[in-house]
Amino acid sequence: MNFELNAGEWLHVQGDNGIGKTSLFRAICTLAPIDEGEVLWNGQSIHQDLPLYLRDIFFVGHKLALKEELSALENLAIECKLMDVPFNELDLLQALAHFGLQGRERVPLGILSQGQKRRVALAKLKLAHAPLWILDEPLVALDASSIQLFTKLLEDHLEIGGQVLLTSHQRIELTGPGRVLSLSL
Amino acid sequence: MNAFLAILQRDLRVAMHRKVEVLSGLFFYLVVATLFPLAIGSDLDILRRIAPGILWVGALLSSMLTLGRLFEADWQDGSLEQLVLTPHNLSFLVLAKIISHWTLCGLPLVILAPVLGLMFDLPGNFVFVLMGTLLLGTPILSCLGAIASALTLGLRGGGVLISLLVLPLFVPVLVFGAGAVESLSAGLGTQAYFSILMAMLLPAVFFSPWACSAALRVTFE
Amino acid sequence: MMNTKLMGFLFKFASPQAFYRLAGQLIPWFGSLAALLTVAGLWVGLGLAPTDAQQGEGYRIIFLHVPASWMSMVIFMAMAFWSFLGLTLKTRLSGMMTAALAPTGAIFAFLSLWTGAMWGKPMWGAWWVWDARLTSELILFFLYLGYIALTSAIDNPIRRDKAGAILALVGSINVPIIYFSVVWWNTLHQGASISMTKAPSMAHLMLLGMLLMALAFWMYSITVALYRVRTLILERESETKWVQALTEVSTIS
Repeated sequence: MNFELNAGEWLHVQGDNGIGKTSLFRAICTLAPIDEGEVLWNGQSIHQDLPLYLRDIFFVGHKLALKEELSALENLAIECKLMDVPFNELDLLQALAHFGLQGRERVPLGILSQGQKRRVALAKLKLAHAPLWILDEPLVALDASSIQLFTKLLEDHLEIGGQVLLTSHQRIELTGPGRVLSLSL
Repeated sequence: MNAFLAILQRDLRVAMHRKVEVLSGLFFYLVVATLFPLAIGSDLDILRRIAPGILWVGALLSSMLTLGRLFEADWQDGSLEQLVLTPHNLSFLVLAKIISHWTLCGLPLVILAPVLGLMFDLPGNFVFVLMGTLLLGTPILSCLGAIASALTLGLRGGGVLISLLVLPLFVPVLVFGAGAVESLSAGLGTQAYFSILMAMLLPAVFFSPWACSAALRVTFE
Repeated sequence: MMNTKLMGFLFKFASPQAFYRLAGQLIPWFGSLAALLTVAGLWVGLGLAPTDAQQGEGYRIIFLHVPASWMSMVIFMAMAFWSFLGLTLKTRLSGMMTAALAPTGAIFAFLSLWTGAMWGKPMWGAWWVWDARLTSELILFFLYLGYIALTSAIDNPIRRDKAGAILALVGSINVPIIYFSVVWWNTLHQGASISMTKAPSMAHLMLLGMLLMALAFWMYSITVALYRVRTLILERESETKWVQALTEVSTIS
């Protein structure tokens, strides 16, 4: 299997359950080892300068990587510090507002619904500075309007030259250059 | 550096919301220390004699119990993955985790020790030496234990398995930690013991984050 | 020139398939050596070596005890060596070798402890005296158990190999520290040091006996390890064509 993703392009990987979409994405993120083949970023192997590659990607997986005891605001603040991204409270509030979470920024995440928690996780993307987004089933538990907000977020990102690699069972309609890759045995 | 502090801040903030979990290690220490006089009898002469050993073993057991939690929560909610994916040096970030573990689970033991020393009628200067050895020893326990915790992430047998892996490694710390107080009771100096504990602490702090991050990457295989 | 040829030769055997055949060829040789040396060692130790002036006949247990202690140490170091190789060169075989050695090492550690107790009882009246070397041996036994426990708990073979390797390396680095601390502890708490290494003037025959038994145990360890590795190779590589083509495997109905 071989594919390329250029600036401003998206790739939607599809396939039945168990076919290896998650394994593929995790391998691309360096979370899982690669038996055969390699990943190139800007023409060179990612292992030649791994920190550089990691700085350029943002992975959102099945798990949300959020602390339920803390509020959405606190979670995002910590996330920005981990990503080494400068921020102020307004940026965080705007990111949360994009997903319709106004008024819920300061309560512990444990109180929110599954869909709301996922929206907080996706709000991280608005703050990330990485060009390549690797998204494994990002739409789980989201309602139709949230999916629209998310699609808008992706399209904004693609417009400024970012890249999106995603897999999703739900339908997602993206404009701009990109394609669907179907995996089968 | 930002990321390092962010992890410390996150762990401490979460702990504030989960006070009972954090205090449970401390209560365990208290309970274990109480069991011995119940088992052995209240003869203060005997208790005074065995107190350093008991207080050290109790601290060790309490540390071992809390080790399971070092990476567990982060692993389950996906935060650990994100840590591995940051461009920062993973060992450095792991050191932050170890420090937060020690602050929440090791340091309280050091602070509780004098109170427990009262139960055993331990004289003041003995308590002082005991606290000193625990202050140097508990970080070593956190460091070595973190390696075992990283190796056993998600495995069945969890806590017991960690204990089995980590006890042999803890023996030198126990010997020199409790030995220092023994030495005091024999009228000898404790300088050597503190030097040796320090000599074990420094390599532990430098070496274990690295071994830990190797173990964490292995967990993601 | 010589180096690269040697390396090439050695690397050929890093593949499980080649090593499987090599091990199969070596087992009878090492096995025979083990048997011969055992006979020789026991003959020297039980038959030829003189009766000890102070300890009578009972001391002869050292012909099992000391070699067993040595082997438990040597095997742990071998495990550390293979672990290091496995982590740096990333060969699957290294992990299998380490796993193959562990049970034998644990058995020798246990044998050392057991024979130590059997020796101690008539000597000092107690089944267990907290002698520095015996206590260190006990902790080494725990290290073996820890390795076996950890590797048994992991299903993924790659994770199992690497986690075991890390544990083996961390353990081996700590062994001298543990030994040092136990010796310190022992001198601190016991006035007169009871030591298993008494008899400064060991008769030459006694030394010879111990040496022969040590070599015998060594050959035995290699034999058993090679045998175990072959089993592990069959298990791990069971999906490959070459395994399924083996007569041992294809004739199992």
